[in-house]
Amino acid sequence: MSLLGLRAVACVRGGRLLFEGLDLVLEPGGAALIAGPNGAGKSSLIRLAAGLLQASAGTVERSGRAALADEGLALDPKLGLARALGFWSRLDGSDASQAMAAMGLAALADVPVRMLSTGQRKRSVLARVVASGAPLWLLDEPANGLDGDGEERLAAAIAAHRAGGGAILAASHQPLDLPGAERVQL
Amino acid sequence: MTGALVLRELRLAATGGSALLPIIFFLLVAALFPFAIGPDSALLARTGGGALWVAALLAALLPVDRLVEPDRASGVLDQLALRGLSEESVAVAKLAGHWLSFGPPLMLAALPAAALIKLPAPVLARLELGLLAGTPGLAALTLVVAALTSGLRTTGALAGLLMLPLAVPILIFGAGLTAPDGGPGALKLLAAASLLLVAIAPFAAGAAIRAARD
Repeated sequence: MSLLGLRAVACVRGGRLLFEGLDLVLEPGGAALIAGPNGAGKSSLIRLAAGLLQASAGTVERSGRAALADEGLALDPKLGLARALGFWSRLDGSDASQAMAAMGLAALADVPVRMLSTGQRKRSVLARVVASGAPLWLLDEPANGLDGDGEERLAAAIAAHRAGGGAILAASHQPLDLPGAERVQL
Repeated sequence: MTGALVLRELRLAATGGSALLPIIFFLLVAALFPFAIGPDSALLARTGGGALWVAALLAALLPVDRLVEPDRASGVLDQLALRGLSEESVAVAKLAGHWLSFGPPLMLAALPAAALIKLPAPVLARLELGLLAGTPGLAALTLVVAALTSGLRTTGALAGLLMLPLAVPILIFGAGLTAPDGGPGALKLLAAASLLLVAIAPFAAGAAIRAARD
């Protein structure tokens, strides 16, 4: 049972054809890395897989929940980080504290979200994905703004997720440690 | 899930004093009105109900830029959609949370406002009744306009142009209810106009939220 299946998918944005005839299947434990120049439609492909955009042609099938990490922080700026992440983990029926520790955010639990740096925000977005418990992770430039320690934690989280039967669809300009990942060239 | 969203809306309204702004605006208009009309208490009592309804209508316009746009820009709406929540459910939760932070406080503020323009007690009672029936409709209208204008750069004037004409039935029947001969007919029509807006709002706002994604 595949977690994500794209068949002959085409995407038109603003009257411009970004890609067409795209096939992609992600099995549990699998990974795919989307490559392409700026504006090729990497983020659009991720949003298609998330169900946030409709494909102009073809079918998009998901068998389970998906978690999305993109440029949207989606955390209430005035809340402490733990409470802000807690809002989402309560909706997911999970606990965010382990994910915060995994991304090295434990010491920032009471810091208001608006005070966080770019890298800390990125870690927070990734912590929400880790905490979600969703089998499919959709990562749009997940390593943007991360320092060396952050990149290592991201790689460890990805490896643990795949070992646990999860799948990854990622778009990244930074080198991302995805052994055996399928390469999707746009 | 929707309950958590309603609570979040209430928290957002409470922090930062954004729920307080329409109330202060409403009271300010009530305080300014006697300066413009003069201290003739009979005239004030006759026109005051209508003036307070105009103030309520304009106060309802103030939260337009904070209801939907921040959630769209920061990706909250996307994250909710990923969790299988329909845009209509999100709109229902936002409507409930917004009305709770707008309607009852406005009804409370109507008490000192009525004192400022010496509104007779029976008129005040009808004004409160009208606000109870009419503010859900105003809140629904605010939500729809907030969803329609989210993602645009200049929401302020456009939101007013979109919202105020649609609020005319609420204004007519609400102000009519406070007139000396205002009766149950005006209340029923006010409630009907309000109910219609509340019924349409989740679908209109939901569709607008979806459309803003493209």
